[in-house]
Amino acid sequence: MLAMPEPDPTVLARRESIVAALRARAGAAHVIAEPLRLKPYETDGFTAYKRIPLAVVLPETTAQVAACLRYCHEQGIRVVPRAAGTSLSGGALPLEDAVVIGVARMNRILEVSLEDRLARVEAGVTNIGITRAVEGEGFFYAPDPSSQLACMIAGNVAMNSGGAHCLKYGVTANNLLGVTMVTIEGDVIELGGGHLDTPGYDWLGLITGSEGQLGIVTEVTVRILRAAEGARAMLVGFGATDVAGAAVADIIASGIIPVALEFMDRPCIHACEAFAHAGYPLDAEALLIVEVEGSEAEQDALLDRLKAICARHNPTTVRVARNAEESAAIWKGRKGAFGAVGRISPDYLCMDGTIPPGSLPEAMRRIGTLSANYGLQVANVFHAGDGNLHPLILFDANDPESFRRAEMLGADILRLCVELGGCLTGEHGVGIEKRDLMTAQFNATDLAQQKRVKRAFDPRWLLNPHKVFPLDTAGTA
Amino acid sequence: MSAETIAPADEAGIAAAIGAAHAAGTPLAVWGNATKAAFGRPVQAAGAVSVRNLTGITLYSPAELVIAARAGTPVAEIEAALAAKGQHLIAEPPDLSALMGPGEGPPTLGGAVACNLSGPRRIALGAMRDHVLGVRAVNGTGEVITSGGRVLKNVTGLDLAKLLTGARGTLAVLTEVTLKVLPAPERTATVMLRGLDPARAVAALSAGLGSPYGVTGAAHLPAAAAARVGLPAAATLLRIEEFADFIPYRTGRLAETFAAHGGSEVLDHEASLALWRAVRDAAPLGAAPEDAVWRVSVRPSAGAEVAEALARGFEAKLFLDWGGGLIWVAGPATEAAHQAVTAAARAAGGTFWLMRADAGFRAAVGHLPEEPPPLAALTRRVKAAFDPKGILNPGRIFAGL
Ligand SMILES: Cc1cc2nc3c(=O)[nH]c(=O)nc-3n(C[C@H](O)[C@H](O)[C@H](O)COP(=O)(O)OP(=O)(O)OC[C@H]3O[C@@H](n4cnc5c(N)ncnc54)[C@H](O)[C@@H]3O)c2cc1C
Repeated sequence: MLAMPEPDPTVLARRESIVAALRARAGAAHVIAEPLRLKPYETDGFTAYKRIPLAVVLPETTAQVAACLRYCHEQGIRVVPRAAGTSLSGGALPLEDAVVIGVARMNRILEVSLEDRLARVEAGVTNIGITRAVEGEGFFYAPDPSSQLACMIAGNVAMNSGGAHCLKYGVTANNLLGVTMVTIEGDVIELGGGHLDTPGYDWLGLITGSEGQLGIVTEVTVRILRAAEGARAMLVGFGATDVAGAAVADIIASGIIPVALEFMDRPCIHACEAFAHAGYPLDAEALLIVEVEGSEAEQDALLDRLKAICARHNPTTVRVARNAEESAAIWKGRKGAFGAVGRISPDYLCMDGTIPPGSLPEAMRRIGTLSANYGLQVANVFHAGDGNLHPLILFDANDPESFRRAEMLGADILRLCVELGGCLTGEHGVGIEKRDLMTAQFNATDLAQQKRVKRAFDPRWLLNPHKVFPLDTAGTA
Repeated sequence: MSAETIAPADEAGIAAAIGAAHAAGTPLAVWGNATKAAFGRPVQAAGAVSVRNLTGITLYSPAELVIAARAGTPVAEIEAALAAKGQHLIAEPPDLSALMGPGEGPPTLGGAVACNLSGPRRIALGAMRDHVLGVRAVNGTGEVITSGGRVLKNVTGLDLAKLLTGARGTLAVLTEVTLKVLPAPERTATVMLRGLDPARAVAALSAGLGSPYGVTGAAHLPAAAAARVGLPAAATLLRIEEFADFIPYRTGRLAETFAAHGGSEVLDHEASLALWRAVRDAAPLGAAPEDAVWRVSVRPSAGAEVAEALARGFEAKLFLDWGGGLIWVAGPATEAAHQAVTAAARAAGGTFWLMRADAGFRAAVGHLPEEPPPLAALTRRVKAAFDPKGILNPGRIFAGL
């Protein structure tokens, strides 16, 4: 179990006056302090850890956010920014002495400009909400995390979220034009906007993926893209994971960048098939889903080339979708993968390391060994083109020993990712989950440099103080 | 560069030089080959440190779409290595030596990344900073720091790699950079519309960029700019880069889109390559040696208005890239011209860079818009977080910083 900083008793003792002050600043209706109504905010998508916060504020305006932050800063009260609470790394986990400031009620679309190919939205708009606002005109917002129905753009910016299509379209950072952010001192700053490449320091780049360490984002401007004429998927089964890995390398080296290139191993194939009946080949050791875009003729040409590349690796199955329905059928199993694994195991931990794609066979082999050593099953599903692994570790949450071993196995897998030249997290963030592993990837100098930057924004170390950086002896990160 | 430039052979040498400067509190100018010396405020420093001797590609894995090289490696060397495997730099960094003067050697990777200068493809596929996966650098106290890595997806910790990209050596000296790369297209072609005014041109560029045909370059050259690259009339250009067998269909569909704009023609591979190289390097600008040069970045839909405002304001030479969102401007290095650029960018909610001018002018005017006070305060604090004594490239971006 991960340690959390001790709550500050002097803050806990001031609870009532703090709540009153927040109500005065954000409006009484926007502040939650009743224990029962605080309960839904005690955790996020990383449900193993729970902490009931001091209070939750759900402001409706940037000015209210600013007033609350200025107050918390003056009073030395910790703040946990929150969007939809789907973080898988405990990024939105509260603390008992912290005020959660959530952007869920800031959910208006402020502007859509097809001419400029951008949308400006409040930070609590869901990821899918942006696409819904523009899809009638044939446009979409590209980064598409599997949680896109629920997760909000503020969370996406804070985590630099990706999705199945980022091999071609990039992650959040590559699709962001501007943000309005409130600093812990209560200053409202505009970073970027409708134009490209603001001179001066790359604040947008720094903010993206900063996990609520630097400020609270209240408005976001994103790039929207015109959708391709069409897309189609193919499914290829292989007799060994090494072979599938070699096929991935050949595809990329051929000059084709598919919009998606997803990998599943045998346990995952079986779980998904039992769940979704997508017609996945149960005899395969590894399966690739490859999707291409373009006109019908272009899709045919690309799929033919991909078939020829895969044919060199003795596939056990090749299924090319002939139309949108067949594509959807191929995706059905993959899209339900997390749910499917949830059915075969009471609980699972979803890991998120990245490896250089070339070391895929070695990674698979060594994850297999680790899984056997810990006596816990691991199902692998991941974005193969960019090496972002999602090993799902199956365990039983009713058995504390099983959970303890699952956490240790997860940590070993992430250390393996770093050892292979990769990193601890490709898209889910460090949060609390990987906080204590940061020293596996960064040395003390690197971490100290990052912390100095954090301190430049948050001198009193109040924003999400228990995350991203290993806790020091004082009990804060 | 000053006479006292030290150019260590390796990263440890850079770290030692900066460590010594930090201890002594002596400011240092930071260079690669100083090809972009004219871009930015002049640096007041007795000494200088150059990464020009840190050269060589340290990693290239085509199937993983990644290349890494030491900061002093010439961009051209990297481009050649990539071309040998059918790949290229995504952001198409410009070669501004015609505009900026020759420097003391070829443009380096460190300089290209530290200035975050991107070419026409930026509108479709992102800037240099979008493709920086990791860096090694030396901060202002002489410590070697790393950020990011060599994998395409990485959200571990604060993204200092992006922060250092574009920081022009004021936070840390880049010693090695890892970039994402992509397969180079098999072929390219350009759909060209003639004789449009800027407003109609930007509308056409918007239509092209908003089409499903994958436009990767969208520029407009008014008549004078077009003439400098051998085109007889104002030219509105939309580039397709694709597999050879996809090109006729895509250019054909784009041409249909533009039937209403008065028709179009298609420039094939060679002509297209030459034209976009010229656009990338700002050749159509025709800046006279004594001219100042600015880049203005606004929403594409504001591009035409900005161009017109500038033309009204002074003898501006200009052309538009990035779908109308980037306006390259050349004109007399006068306070009035600079004010006109500043005002036009501000009115359009955008921004600008003074790209080139003599040192006196660059020191006298803000070469970027001033930051509002809360942001300026963050700039100072973040600068201090890397370079507490302010010894790296003092004054290069903002006066007194
Ligand atoms: C089933 C499932 C599938 C998922 N699939 C993917 C996937 O495919 N790809 C992917 O990348 N992720 C995925 N995730 C992870 C998660 O959805 C993303 O990290 C998402 O971006 C979080 O958004 P959220 O709105 O839920 O943010 P939250 O969980 O509320 O917050 C996330 C982080 O952002 C900070 N934060 C929130 N709001 C703000 C703000 N306004 N300003 C500053 N910081 C703020 C929080 O403090 C926290 O650190 C998945 C999660 C689940 C449960």
